[in-house]
Amino acid sequence: MTQLAKQLEEPRANAANQAEPALLQAQNLSMLYAPGKGFEDVNLSLYPGEVLAIVGESGSGKTTLLKTLSGRLAPQTGSISFQSDSNTAELYKISEAERRSLIRQHFGIVHQHPLDGLRPRVSAGGNIGERLMENGWRNYAEIRLQALTWLKAVEIDQSRIDDMPLTFSGGMQQRLQIARNLVTHPRLVFMDEPTGGLDVSVQARLLDLIRNLVTELQLAVVIVTHDLAVARLLAHRIMVMKQGQVVESGLTDRVLDDPSHPYTQLLVSSVLQQ
Amino acid sequence: MTSFSQQATALDDSSQQYNFAYLDEQTKRMIRRAILKGVAIPGYQVPFGGREMPMPYGWGTGGIMLSASILGQDDVLKVIDQGADDTTNAVSIRHFFSKVCDIATTEKTEQASVIQTRHRIPEQALSNNQILVFQVPIPEPLRFIEPRETETKKMHALEEYGSMQVKLYEDIVKYGYIATSYAYPVTVHGRYLMDPSPIPKFDNPKLHQSEALMIFGAGREKRIYCIPPYTDVHSLDFDDHPFSIQQWDEPCSLCGSHDTFLDEVLIDDQGQRMFICSDTDYCQKQQAAQLGAEHDSVS
Ligand SMILES: Nc1ncnc2c1ncn2[C@@H]1O[C@H](COP(=O)(O)OP(=O)(O)O)[C@@H](O)[C@H]1O
Ligand SMILES: [Mg+2]
Ligand SMILES: [Zn+2]
Repeated sequence: MTQLAKQLEEPRANAANQAEPALLQAQNLSMLYAPGKGFEDVNLSLYPGEVLAIVGESGSGKTTLLKTLSGRLAPQTGSISFQSDSNTAELYKISEAERRSLIRQHFGIVHQHPLDGLRPRVSAGGNIGERLMENGWRNYAEIRLQALTWLKAVEIDQSRIDDMPLTFSGGMQQRLQIARNLVTHPRLVFMDEPTGGLDVSVQARLLDLIRNLVTELQLAVVIVTHDLAVARLLAHRIMVMKQGQVVESGLTDRVLDDPSHPYTQLLVSSVLQQ
Repeated sequence: MTSFSQQATALDDSSQQYNFAYLDEQTKRMIRRAILKGVAIPGYQVPFGGREMPMPYGWGTGGIMLSASILGQDDVLKVIDQGADDTTNAVSIRHFFSKVCDIATTEKTEQASVIQTRHRIPEQALSNNQILVFQVPIPEPLRFIEPRETETKKMHALEEYGSMQVKLYEDIVKYGYIATSYAYPVTVHGRYLMDPSPIPKFDNPKLHQSEALMIFGAGREKRIYCIPPYTDVHSLDFDDHPFSIQQWDEPCSLCGSHDTFLDEVLIDDQGQRMFICSDTDYCQKQQAAQLGAEHDSVS
């Protein structure tokens, strides 16, 4: 993995470097389908290399919030700014064309169900290469080399490069989806329950992989999960949601070891009981 | 069901009741407006409100509507199908137009002012007083990867054509080279991705900087798109797998041409084959020129 980091990109500053300007900033963000359904009045800042976990039970609005943060669902109120290089873009003030291009260049989006984020009838190599081709790569050999490098990085046998994702196991599909997203070196990756429907042992391996990639590539990540163990393992900070409201947020250890909101206390204790 | 030519013959008796070129002037104007829009935005698919034609889709109704809208009294029409003027489809369409507009028709490429075609572009270079009308079965090049019309429209609007490149990538994975040989995708005027209809990729270079106006009509999906004269048309490819056209080891058995698109034909029931030009008019002209040359050298 250390090799990979050298090969793939310049190491950035230390994780969660708050001396740099925030990568993503959301202010007074709301999007409600109905009262309590969606999210309300969310404020957050995410710094380069920082991992933020959004936790909460099913239906609390995590996926909706992630969609809005990642440029795929306009909020009803509030704004999101994204800092790229020296430019700041207001995610929902720029045109759709600009937004889609920004997403293509700077964001990774990992869906809960891998087939939602993959082309099932395109080979693994083609899936990884698509983003590169979208960004103008036109050399077959170079695209293939990148695909091989990334298959290795996500621990998929390189001999599977020409196989269809449909022939892959769930865990492999998820790793392929991650490779497809990371190949263009996004600065910011959004993940929605990436270990969701997987077996426990497969989950553990995937989490390990994600943690290594995040550290090696100095990725900023917003990860949605209902599993506090996942948050504990990966996140620097946690945001707890209940019925569309952020009830508590802070450093992971502080929130999980010393929860202040009764709802968080309940979440933590129900995990401990298991 | 009556055949197309039977229907065209039936029209014969009642042709006085039809407007020149079958369509009413209102419809023709509407189609010409769509063509003008297509010319103004090269490669962009313009929707139009097509009319029912007295023949089924798949017979080239899209092309026929376009031809009907642009033909005038003085035009000379040529119709080709797979490069030939004498196939059923070509004969029927030519017959239809000579019935409903009483205009001159020809098989000679250089004499035609309007050429309606399916599958080929004539070998002989076209000039800027000619218009080529293509019959198009499926106008949307992105359909195979994205079935939703709303989404393909967005992909065109935002110039998101990475998925088309993925298709060519997959070709190389499977075959070792870009195996797409018909309907080979192009970008027009550095902007819109376009399906050049099922012509062989051999004809793609003829789209580039063509002197003749090229207009494409899809009857079923009611779309028109155009390549104005002298427009850049680029066939998609990879730097290390550049676009290339079909080639044959042997020349045309009839005229000896080395640089034409050849069809393989069976010549006996022992499985003997030969290769001949698919453009019959061009082939005959080459043969005539050779006869002439021989004649000259004898005399
Ligand atoms: N497109 C939608 N239309 C209407 N209601 C929705 C839509 N998407 C989600 N919801 C509702 O919003 C609430 C939050 O959903 P979601 O963000 O998916 O929650 P989570 O990811 O935390 O499980 C739920 O009650 C859900 O039913
Ligand atoms: Mg969810
Ligand atoms: Zn010939």
